[in-house]
Amino acid sequence: MNPILIAAVIVAGIGAVCGIMLVVASKFFAVAEDEKFTNIRECLPGANCGACGYAGCDGYAKALAEKEGIKANLCIPGGDTAAQKISELLGVEFEDVIEQVAVIHCYGDCEHTSNKMDYVGIESCQAARLMYGGQGKCVFGCMGLGDCVKVCPQNAICIEKGIAHIDTRKCIGCGLCAKTCPRGLIEIVADVEKVLVTCNNTEKGAAVRSKCTNGCIGCKKCEKGCEVGAIKVENNLARIDYSKCTDCGECAKNCPVGCILVSDLSGIHRYAK
Amino acid sequence: MEMLRSFAIILMTSVLVNNYVLSKFLGICPFLGVSKKLNQAAGMGAAVIFVMLMSTAATWPIQYYLLDPNGLGYMRTIVFILVIAALVQLVEIILKKYLPALHASLGIYLPLITTNCAVLGVTINNINDGYNFLEAMVNSLGVGLGFLLAMVLFAGVRSRLEEANPPKSFRGLPITLVSASIVALSFFGFAGLVDGLFA
Repeated sequence: MNPILIAAVIVAGIGAVCGIMLVVASKFFAVAEDEKFTNIRECLPGANCGACGYAGCDGYAKALAEKEGIKANLCIPGGDTAAQKISELLGVEFEDVIEQVAVIHCYGDCEHTSNKMDYVGIESCQAARLMYGGQGKCVFGCMGLGDCVKVCPQNAICIEKGIAHIDTRKCIGCGLCAKTCPRGLIEIVADVEKVLVTCNNTEKGAAVRSKCTNGCIGCKKCEKGCEVGAIKVENNLARIDYSKCTDCGECAKNCPVGCILVSDLSGIHRYAK
Repeated sequence: MEMLRSFAIILMTSVLVNNYVLSKFLGICPFLGVSKKLNQAAGMGAAVIFVMLMSTAATWPIQYYLLDPNGLGYMRTIVFILVIAALVQLVEIILKKYLPALHASLGIYLPLITTNCAVLGVTINNINDGYNFLEAMVNSLGVGLGFLLAMVLFAGVRSRLEEANPPKSFRGLPITLVSASIVALSFFGFAGLVDGLFA
């Protein structure tokens, strides 16, 4: 007989025997998977974002299934619906999920600021930052090379006019972009806030003005006008304490450069309800 | 007596002189990957011994009763990979059913070993060295023990490395590889030991 044929037949035979053996074994020795785990896993969205603090949805579901006393409302992308279902499965009291969205503390697009050089290196903020702080005049603002775009699991971030914009309708609040941004521009806030300081520059007013017409000059007008003391200027930069803010928008009216934004930032979670 | 002596020589040779990790450089992936903690290293070592013995017991008869009579010795590598992979999967399924405790401790290592070159290497070398079945089993045991020894030794070295403060460019993998090479160098001291021991 043809030696090639013998070889093929014997190897195929061994393969078939092994395959059949495995199939039979997996039928006979099958172990029932933990039903609780499977059910919980089905409630989770499967984005594997890690916002719950576990390694992916499988990790969170496993922890919930095996250990007592783990909160059922840790899944931010899943929101109230997921938390409700998991609470029912586990027989624990339902707790509201605090949904979150990402916001960017920079509005220095090409209409407000300009470049000090042409950067032609690697398309990454992390790399560009090493070259004299990136191509933009302001070394605090968004570089617009899209490191955040690359990590976003929901494609919620886009680069327009040289800076990143977050579509809060798509944002699930996982916080991956906030961890990635080398400038630390992105903050994760509760999905009810409406007022945002769109600047990150801590330089003195004149220096900021020379670089960006949208920059916070640290004039403290917002601080004086705020009735509840929620907005404070520190290091020449206004920041809002969201635990006090009432969304009145008074600071935005007082701001001479218009770097405080009042709009409906609320995203996916509130629209889903 | 003569047989026992030859077993002892094979065992000592494969544990110390021809240590698969440190002088043949097979199975480096688990050696570097799982040697961070002592108990993990020991678990991996135990799983490797188990799989090596089992795959030798399966592949030796296949070579001598199936491949050689048909003149298919050259198909060894492919057939052995196939058989070892299927066998490890089968054992994993059975362990999961009947010995869940053992499965939990070996569990994550078993699939990792399926395609480990040290396991394939020992089965192929058993044939190349012309061992009979018992000798092949003893050799596999020795190689497995040698792997365990290397893992445990190196886990100790690595726990010291964690404390050390090497220059920045050496941190992480580079210093690990450098120290692995020094450990490997020390094993060359065993060459010539076995002949003297059982002369």
